[in-house]
Amino acid sequence: MINGADIMVKCLEAENVSVLFGYPGAAICPFYDSLYDSDIKHILVRQEQNAAHAASGYARAKSTVGVCVATSGPGATNLITGIATAYMDSIPIIAITGQVRSDLIGRDVFQEADITGACEPFVKHSYLVNKTEDLPRIFKEAFHIATTGRPGPVLIDIPIDIQQNEIEEFVYPESVNIVGYKPNTKGHNVQIKRAVELINKSKKPIIVAGGGVLGSGSKLKLAAFAEKTGIPVLSTMMGIGVMPSEHELYMGMLGTYGKPTANRALHEADLVIVCGARLGDRAVAAPDQMGQRVNVIHIDIDPAEIGKNVKTTIPIVGDMKNVINNLLDQIGNYKVSPDWTECIRVWKKELSRTPKVFEGFVEPRNFIGKLSSMLRSKAILVADVGQNQIWCANNFKIREGRFLTTGGMGTMGYSIPAAIGAKFARPDRDIVAVCGDGSFQMSLNELATIAQNNLGVKIIVMKNSRLGMVRELQDNLYNKRHSATILNDEPNIELLAKAYGINCATASSNEEAENIAKEMVKSDEAFILVCNVFPDTPSI
Amino acid sequence: MQYTLSILVENQAGVLSKISGLFSRRSFNIDSLAVGITADPTISRITIVANGDEYVVEQLEKQLNKLIPVIKVKRLIEGEFISRELSLIKVHSNATKRFEIIKIAELMGAKIIDVAPTAVTVEFCETSEKTKTLLDLLKPYGIREIVRTGTVAIDKGAATASK
Ligand SMILES: Cc1ncc(C[n+]2csc(CCOP(=O)(O)OP(=O)(O)O)c2C)c(N)n1
Ligand SMILES: [Mg+2]
Repeated sequence: MINGADIMVKCLEAENVSVLFGYPGAAICPFYDSLYDSDIKHILVRQEQNAAHAASGYARAKSTVGVCVATSGPGATNLITGIATAYMDSIPIIAITGQVRSDLIGRDVFQEADITGACEPFVKHSYLVNKTEDLPRIFKEAFHIATTGRPGPVLIDIPIDIQQNEIEEFVYPESVNIVGYKPNTKGHNVQIKRAVELINKSKKPIIVAGGGVLGSGSKLKLAAFAEKTGIPVLSTMMGIGVMPSEHELYMGMLGTYGKPTANRALHEADLVIVCGARLGDRAVAAPDQMGQRVNVIHIDIDPAEIGKNVKTTIPIVGDMKNVINNLLDQIGNYKVSPDWTECIRVWKKELSRTPKVFEGFVEPRNFIGKLSSMLRSKAILVADVGQNQIWCANNFKIREGRFLTTGGMGTMGYSIPAAIGAKFARPDRDIVAVCGDGSFQMSLNELATIAQNNLGVKIIVMKNSRLGMVRELQDNLYNKRHSATILNDEPNIELLAKAYGINCATASSNEEAENIAKEMVKSDEAFILVCNVFPDTPSI
Repeated sequence: MQYTLSILVENQAGVLSKISGLFSRRSFNIDSLAVGITADPTISRITIVANGDEYVVEQLEKQLNKLIPVIKVKRLIEGEFISRELSLIKVHSNATKRFEIIKIAELMGAKIIDVAPTAVTVEFCETSEKTKTLLDLLKPYGIREIVRTGTVAIDKGAATASK
């Protein structure tokens, strides 16, 4: 005989899960008890939202699925923001929640929350388990659904009695069969032919690469395609890292907070090839107008994304890797017009700006640029949300590493827990979280997780004493009325770090910041670098 | 534009809330909805009549298809399907008016299913347009209550909307 909790652990083992992020409570106790005897490492975060963010960081850094666990009621509801973030960012995570006894569901008993109901808009799929026998099938399906097609979060809500009940034996299914779920991974041949024809006719094509290129593991393929044809590449925020930042064909991030070069190129192009991006309003100001002006080829695994925001000339539904392979095979000797290549080269030179430096402060854009070369080439930088995110997006120079941020949801407080997840996924790499003073304070409780696990995560706090991005918005649109965006009497971060036993230093110039960073990257220990940033520093 | 979707779903708890949630979340409007089991008891059919332009219908079909328990979504083509809805209509009546009401019902192909001294109840199973006509005819007598199902629809001829 075997009980549900042991089955849950065995399912996770069968899925090769080695790390879980979570927080216990009564309704999930049977599972935690079984976990006690398992080799799966459980990381106790300090708030459940961060368990989901850590799972997201882990999933992204390791190109796998991340798993988080919480108890019923408040534990489960605390997870919601993290689940919703993974949903909007299309990151595969599994969220496991304990639930009250099945015969009590619906009676508003202690710590009962309808979490599958509450999460409905934010999950790719969810399960409320009502038989212990169903656990293996449900776990198998959940992992399959989270990781295939367009990735996303799957929630499994398990009442305590289902964890306690015993069944004869554990058998993990070898395959799944979900009648209504068969993602289409092969691009349609006719569409690919038409796309090739359209590319062949174009003189000034451009590729817009999104998170789908990274999620599908096709960045090298995309680079090969760009290099073969000479088509320049822009990225959305989620797509940063599709190419090394210094690649001659890479033009940076597009959009409201993007690079002028990138937006210029997008505007002048005669064909836009959108790869794994939904082109939200932050990426393209008026996406519905773009499709009327130029031809658009849109490649995405999710048919619902095509035609949703941008009018599409040729839709191709399929896995990015397959589709780019097909394009590579069929494109022949096509090259963009030499004039276009020249334009791109000139814009890259002319449209780059030098930030204004303020005495007594760190210039964050310059510093992030410098920091890139101090880190090892596979470094992972996790940017939070706000101006700090934009400074990183536009100035961090990626070589073989990654840039992680929540471009879809924009959840403040993402960077520290996601960096924790990334460090568990890639202990041998430099993992740096960059956050604002506002976002730092949204997840500074996780310093305890870093300390308890001796994690060598580096945190850079851009301290501008403002909720800077909103402050900037108020400057531009609300008559400089700084309603609720001034962070006065900020905590002393050095003292805070000390309380957690983490080393910390503060810089008030770029030279200072670089010197501290040099020491910081030498050690394997956690470190917090506080950069005093001039409050009025612009985002771009 | 009004359109009719025939949706096959796995017959499991929560499916209906997933579908209705999707409509409200993405601000799609439902005119009518009907659910029932199919020949295969593990599969239900949901018939939805909704309003919107081509963009809305296309998005709706795609978003419905993304729901895991949704097996198939078919947009029925105007003029190529038959639709029906069932209405039970209780009309105010006295001895003098009763005959007129019965006459109207007969004319329209409706059935009288209950008669009381002050009311007549009519059963009507037709398209929503014909139902509207009947209601217009009965209105002058005073309608006390209407109970209507959602529209159900099926392809004409040998075609089916099944798997
Ligand atoms: C959870 C959450 N709450 C509010 C916001 C709205 N918001 C976006 S940026 C920002 C300011 C962030 O301030 P800080 O972390 O100090 O970063 P800065 O912009 O100053 O670099 C706020 C409040 C958000 N994105 N997420
Ligand atoms: Mg700030």
